[in-house]
Amino acid sequence: MGRKIRVLIAKPGLDGHDRGAKVIARALRDAGFEVIYTGLRQTPEMIAEAALQEDVDVVGLSILSGAHMTLLPRVVEELRKRGLDDVLVIAGGIIPEEDIPALKAAGIREVFGPGTSTETIVQFICEHFGIRPEDLKAAGEPALP
Amino acid sequence: MTRDPITLFERARAGDRRALARLLSLLEEGGEAAVQLSARLFPHTGNAYVIGITGPPGSGKSTLVNALTRAYRERGETVGIVAVDPSSPFTGGALLGDRIRMQDAAGDPGVFIRSMATRGSLGGLARATREIIRALDAVGFQRILVETVGAGQVEVDIAQAADTVIVVQAPGLGDDIQAIKAGILEIADILVVNKADREGAAATLHILRSMLSLGQPAVVRHHGQAMAIQRVEPSREGWTPPILQTVATSGKGIPELVEAIERHRAYLEESGEGEARRRRRIAEELAALTRERLWARVVHQVGRARLDGLVDQLLRREIDLHTAVERLLEEIQPCIEERDFPREA
Repeated sequence: MGRKIRVLIAKPGLDGHDRGAKVIARALRDAGFEVIYTGLRQTPEMIAEAALQEDVDVVGLSILSGAHMTLLPRVVEELRKRGLDDVLVIAGGIIPEEDIPALKAAGIREVFGPGTSTETIVQFICEHFGIRPEDLKAAGEPALP
Repeated sequence: MTRDPITLFERARAGDRRALARLLSLLEEGGEAAVQLSARLFPHTGNAYVIGITGPPGSGKSTLVNALTRAYRERGETVGIVAVDPSSPFTGGALLGDRIRMQDAAGDPGVFIRSMATRGSLGGLARATREIIRALDAVGFQRILVETVGAGQVEVDIAQAADTVIVVQAPGLGDDIQAIKAGILEIADILVVNKADREGAAATLHILRSMLSLGQPAVVRHHGQAMAIQRVEPSREGWTPPILQTVATSGKGIPELVEAIERHRAYLEESGEGEARRRRRIAEELAALTRERLWARVVHQVGRARLDGLVDQLLRREIDLHTAVERLLEEIQPCIEERDFPREA
């Protein structure tokens, strides 16, 4: 029985479409993660603060507005400012190939484009934490002393 | 970040929010660290006022929590929020979405919001919710707002955790059936009809009034004939749950709600009911924890294989449940006696 992995799914910036974010949130829930969804129009500060309060292991950022080059690095910056150095930050949405290296250099560990299967994302998170997807379901049962 | 419970607690008391967040995770995970932490923070608890908010999905609990938080912040009080959502019994996963409607407090250092999944527990709260409430209390939050799962009928656990329980209803949620279902209304200290600007609010209000019937038998028409229905629930001694109307999105009715909570708080203190409740609650929690630990000891002492054997015998109807329990108790008896009551030689 491992620790339950907690994931924050957030939408930085001003675009008003969160269908993709909701699909991912549901898929991650179904895989056995505890997913916190904070809704639309979040500033980097709001996202980092929610990640801190919820003590999440992963922050997943969904962005369609084209402002990813400014907003995503700022989220990482805000996370670091709060000492959340070990949080895995990933992103998805409409992000051109050529922007990905710069985002990775800024601390976004992986970028998932449209059409990525949810299994791929689950697999990526599991590999990062060195666990198998099938172990997610049993995790988090409160331990007795 | 350290995972040492005592260091985390010291830092959280000094205002380190990251330490507080980590500490809450440790409590949620359970085990030895949680026991150590719980013991460390217990002497510092008992200062916060805990308000429970329950009601069916869609009644606006999160929005009401948001509005109450704003009201308390305006009065200069700090607010800790615990929002509970269900875990899937099939995957163990959970989607926690209460923060969506609690955005007003973003960036306010006087507010701390924590979402929790039920992780298999029924009754509207997670197993560790009371530990989380105590932790927020111990680090100094003055008001603690606890939002339950929202199944609407079974979350009576909140009555065990909160000083004042608010039951929220809204028009158009099939209220006439919901209201009649026992359990949820009986735990209400205050009833709120939220979304009171919507059509059907008057009907919802009327149904709740007749359910509580405020000292008078309600008169309803049945097959065209007027008939009196008897009060289902006698009003609690000295306190009749008020029914308020709010529009949480606009803040309408919130000052009245805050006021009603204060009146209830004063009633609890003056009548001695507050003291009696606190006593009942802690006794109940002591019993629950003891049951849990005893069971853990049984499992440890007799072993899984022996337990499985007993279950097989039960399934084959070779023994009955009470006999099985007797056997288990007999088997752990020597260990309890030896350990706690050494016999004289």
